[in-house]
Amino acid sequence: MSETPHKESEKQREITEASLKQLGNLIYEQIQNREFPWVMMQSRSTDNIIYDPELRQYILGSRTIRRHARNIRHIRPFTQMVWTAWFARELVSMRKTSTLREVYYSARGQQDIEFSGQPESDNIITDLEVALNRPREDFGIFPEERSAIFGDLTIEYTVPGYEGRRMNLTDHPDGVMVGPAVTSSEFVETSADKILVIEKGAMFNRLIEEKAHDKFNAILVHTAGQSPRSTRKIIRRLNQQWGLPVYIFTDGDPWGIHIAMVIISGSANAAHLRDLATPEAKWIGVWGTDIIDYKLPTENLTEHDAKRLRELKTDPRYTDEIWQREIDIFMKIGKKAELEAFSRYGLTYIVDEYLPAKLESVENI
Amino acid sequence: MSPSDFFYRNREIAGFSNPSRAIYAAVRELLENSLDACEAQKALPEIFLRITEVTASEAGSSIYIMRISDNGTGLPPEEIPNCFGKVFYGSKYTLKQARGTFGLGGTITILYGQITTHKPVTITSSTGGEIHEYEMMIDIQNNRPMILRHRVMENKKKWRGTVVELQMEGDYSRIKSRLLDYLKETAIVNPYADLTFVDPAGRLYRYERGTEKMPPLPKAVKPHPHGIDVENFRRLVSVTKEKSMKAFMMEHFQGVGQKTADNFLKAAGISRRAKPKSLKPEDIVTLVRTARQFSDFKRPDPSCLSPMGEELLETGIRKELNLTESDFLQVVTRKPSTYLGFPFIVEAAVATGSSISKQYKSGTTIIRYANRIPLLFDESSGVVWKVVNKNINWSTYKVYSDTPLVIVVHVCSTKIPYKTVGKEYMADQPEVEKEITNAIRTAARSLRIYISRSHRAARERRRLNIFEKFLPKIAEFSTKLSDNEDPPDIAPLLAAVSTTIPDVEEKIKEVSTIVGDAA
Repeated sequence: MSETPHKESEKQREITEASLKQLGNLIYEQIQNREFPWVMMQSRSTDNIIYDPELRQYILGSRTIRRHARNIRHIRPFTQMVWTAWFARELVSMRKTSTLREVYYSARGQQDIEFSGQPESDNIITDLEVALNRPREDFGIFPEERSAIFGDLTIEYTVPGYEGRRMNLTDHPDGVMVGPAVTSSEFVETSADKILVIEKGAMFNRLIEEKAHDKFNAILVHTAGQSPRSTRKIIRRLNQQWGLPVYIFTDGDPWGIHIAMVIISGSANAAHLRDLATPEAKWIGVWGTDIIDYKLPTENLTEHDAKRLRELKTDPRYTDEIWQREIDIFMKIGKKAELEAFSRYGLTYIVDEYLPAKLESVENI
Repeated sequence: MSPSDFFYRNREIAGFSNPSRAIYAAVRELLENSLDACEAQKALPEIFLRITEVTASEAGSSIYIMRISDNGTGLPPEEIPNCFGKVFYGSKYTLKQARGTFGLGGTITILYGQITTHKPVTITSSTGGEIHEYEMMIDIQNNRPMILRHRVMENKKKWRGTVVELQMEGDYSRIKSRLLDYLKETAIVNPYADLTFVDPAGRLYRYERGTEKMPPLPKAVKPHPHGIDVENFRRLVSVTKEKSMKAFMMEHFQGVGQKTADNFLKAAGISRRAKPKSLKPEDIVTLVRTARQFSDFKRPDPSCLSPMGEELLETGIRKELNLTESDFLQVVTRKPSTYLGFPFIVEAAVATGSSISKQYKSGTTIIRYANRIPLLFDESSGVVWKVVNKNINWSTYKVYSDTPLVIVVHVCSTKIPYKTVGKEYMADQPEVEKEITNAIRTAARSLRIYISRSHRAARERRRLNIFEKFLPKIAEFSTKLSDNEDPPDIAPLLAAVSTTIPDVEEKIKEVSTIVGDAA
């Protein structure tokens, strides 16, 4: 690395702040020119969200919309976006971070700007991301923390008061929360040669306890259900920075499948953002095939599960053979299995038997 | 039984059914007498009414002094005792629209005052010469005035008019709000009159004159054969000087010429040379029946009617409902029509706006008149209520249950189709009902335009409010966001959005002209 890590993040911070200020200037000057202010942005309507097979993720199409203060239906969200930009700039310049929920509450008391609920404020934040083409994490706005990371990875903090301080992620046996500090940190070094992503906290703790990080020489990431964007970004950074392969291990049901897919190909909701997806990541289970091969205890697929499977079957992200095959198997057997199902063969079975076999077979593909 | 005696026994027919209604009926009889007296000599009415409580009595009713003065024709001194002291004084052989409900004038009121207080009435009147003052009572059994005192005074100021002062028992407090409604509604249809009322508590109510124009006096016309009844026919026969039935028909009825008279009498089976005086009672019945069905008479002559006219009615409504420029009022006077041989004209008005919602509860308020007399009671039994609530689909006119609306309907006719002897509401004669419906519909068509335009104006105003709300915020936060010192000027932007608004408000004012042309 040519520059010290915190200088690099400092530069990003300055670019973000400048782009927010630029937005303010644009609007300010429009008003001064006796023009109703407006902002051009890519349309986020469903018909403008397209799957790009090359990038292997959803992207926004070429259609743009003009959010215009002259329009009676636009002026309120427009005003809210200007307020949110100002709020974001305050965060960035004071080197503070906030959560989506806090942004929603911060607008309380701002007469007429107040959001009617958090979905509305989340939506305005997404607008700002689209308008400035930057993820909200750059503005210091994070979701509630719930995912975690563990393994031999040394990071260097860039957050105020911790600049330059280093930490190894094996230091804390519960794993380290993926919050603003971890997200904005620089990755210094690692001895791991792979990343193991786990959907559920119980299994994450089991793997730490069974020293799976040592056994498989892996960094463990806990997504806590559908993976937050900051966690997806970390997975991608680890994959890009050191070329570490990523293996995703979820429940054997349509919801688990999709958790893996969002890490691999991104979500339609974040079609306006790049650098979140890890196309090389692999879903290693629990497959429908595993249910049969390992005779796992199962539950029946509900009508809701079956419907979701049918949706996935036609989703452009699921065209690869392995997905089609596994979806067909789930539909055929009409069963699903959770990660914990392996406990049937003892608590360590998954680490001793299943994962080694699975990793070996996947690596050979 | 004398007529006085009859009314003494049946006073509820004339509206004196209880102490509170008695006050209302007395005011109504006296006030309308005064208005007629003023109009007869084309004097702009100036009427002063005062009710004073003398003694409170048990059960809520009290003894009151009621005094009314007008600047009307005044009465020739020799006629005063009979005018006020005898029931059914005078008789009419021609028809014209008149206010008087029963043709009794104030006599019934005096009668009621006398039987409840046993006090005489004082009548002061002058036709411009000396002033005559009578103190008198009515001899009920003999239907005859009893003069207690007669005084003649000098009249230096050339005063002309009549003052009636009497005592009566009544209950003012329970009729107060109705009485005030009555006075207000009277002021609406008499916008050229100046009314003053002082109530028993000493409160002064003024109903000021809004115009000096008076409607033309109705002409007296002969009765139409379709509308004659046996009694009136008999009276005509008793007074006629004509020697033959043909001449009788042509002389005493409207729309009857040589040929019509011949054809009619032939249809009735009565010789045209027959002497009217020698008609047998059954001949009269035959003639009246035939007249009712005979179709070759000309349509009844409406010149005996005196509608308010759109201009006067509008003046009256505007002043008494305190309408402003931005309120809506549409007045419609229909062409004359007839029912059962009686000519009639319907006038209607529809008003809405913020002034209406301040004065009336939300929803529709109906104001009814028959020959310029306000009808206050039994609203839901009358034809106007039926038309408003059954015949007209108000949503067509963008009127909903909470729209503040005042509907005024005036029916004038030589014979108002009252439904009951109480004469408080009109029956649903099909022809009259149809005319009322059409009149209200015509007015409501322009109402619809007004309402949609005011909705648009309200929308525009809301729009402007939104810009006024958010543009300053955009200016404020874009200034902060861009590190500028002063917020940019948003005034030009606000000016740009507000230009459309006065435009719409202008159009609202134009509505009545536009619709007036269309109708």
